[in-house]
Amino acid sequence: MHHTLQNQANFFRLSSLLLGSKRLSLIVCFGFIFFVSPVLASDSHSGQDSSGSESEFNPVTTILHHVLDNHDWHLFDLPGHDGHDHPVSIPLPIILYSEGQFDLFMSSAFEHGHAQVNKGDRVYALDEHGHILDLAGHSVLDFSITKNVASMLVAVLLLLLIFMSGAKSYEGVHGRPVGIAKVVEPLVLFVRDDIAIPNIGHNYKRYMPYLLTAFFFIWINNLLGLIPSGANFTGNISVTATLAVFTLLITNFSGTKTYWGHIFTPHVPLWLYPIMIPVEMVGIVAKPIALMIRLFANITAGHIIILSLVSLIFVFKSLLIAPVSLVFVLFISCIELLVAALQAYVFTLLSALFIGLALEEPHLEAHH
Amino acid sequence: MTIPGIAAIGAGLAVLGAGVGIGRIGGSALEAIARQPEAAGKIQTVMIIAAALVEGAALFAVVVSLLVAG
Repeated sequence: MHHTLQNQANFFRLSSLLLGSKRLSLIVCFGFIFFVSPVLASDSHSGQDSSGSESEFNPVTTILHHVLDNHDWHLFDLPGHDGHDHPVSIPLPIILYSEGQFDLFMSSAFEHGHAQVNKGDRVYALDEHGHILDLAGHSVLDFSITKNVASMLVAVLLLLLIFMSGAKSYEGVHGRPVGIAKVVEPLVLFVRDDIAIPNIGHNYKRYMPYLLTAFFFIWINNLLGLIPSGANFTGNISVTATLAVFTLLITNFSGTKTYWGHIFTPHVPLWLYPIMIPVEMVGIVAKPIALMIRLFANITAGHIIILSLVSLIFVFKSLLIAPVSLVFVLFISCIELLVAALQAYVFTLLSALFIGLALEEPHLEAHH
Repeated sequence: MTIPGIAAIGAGLAVLGAGVGIGRIGGSALEAIARQPEAAGKIQTVMIIAAALVEGAALFAVVVSLLVAG
């Protein structure tokens, strides 16, 4: 008990050190004000009619553009010599598979949807949603490094850097943590002592690699998503679905006889079996689906709230709204920093809980 | 009333339900910790699990409204 409290206290002290220390949070907050607003301000112009007339600003298209995946990493817009705004973005590689052949080119070749790309006899173009079409009507498989994939690779690189250098520091010097390991060790211990051991039990070691990977991967991607012009990676349903499938597979492959017994031979009268067995089988899938929806909806909702508050300025077309909107953005951004850690914690905790339920041993049943 | 309007009301109702649910969980946890401060760690864990499950149910509703409205 004391151990657990100690670790929890450690975690909160550390997270407050990372997220809440007054000076740092002030810097982060001012960073948000000065960085978010010009980027969004210039962005919203691209949502407007490029003819220069006072057309209606549509917050939905602007917000969706930020929340959805894209073929290039859009940073900001710059006014050009012709009076129009030109998007400034990092081109990303596009990898397509069509008619048995791979095509590889950079997304800048599309010139933001204004140009077509000819590769042999295949002609590609972007539709209004940013999807790639083959103009001859053939089906195209898209393996591109999109904005989300690029963001994930950055996160993976960061994780490798942090943990490789952290692990290296344990070599030699009496196993004492040095440098970055001082930050990482309490977090790893937190996952072990507060997530894995209470929920999984003595067999926890096998599952530590997965739980630690899920925790840090989700957390760092949530944080990268909060950086202005960052990708909404953990708010992409395919990403959370993949993570949930890992939990589903690990849970069911480590299921004991008792676990499967509860599903196929529940302790109910025989006539209830036709109801109970389908319900239990739905339960197997429903738990990971809940994990998937929870992470996706929480992160996407956070992004949408921040962008909606900024959009208020352009909806009301008044500078007086700006201070109100910025204070709210600041407030929600600070909450989102907490949510980023909390959702990583909840995903890992529930994964550990489901694994623990699947590892149920028969002797536990004697107590019921 | 248009379909997006009805979907928005549905999302609002879902949030109302989740708010009541999470509020009750938080209130009970507060009382429990006040009674037994030494069990705070365990109560916190159980509280977060229960809150996450309530939130999951509400998010299902919100995603359904989002899909219907979109």
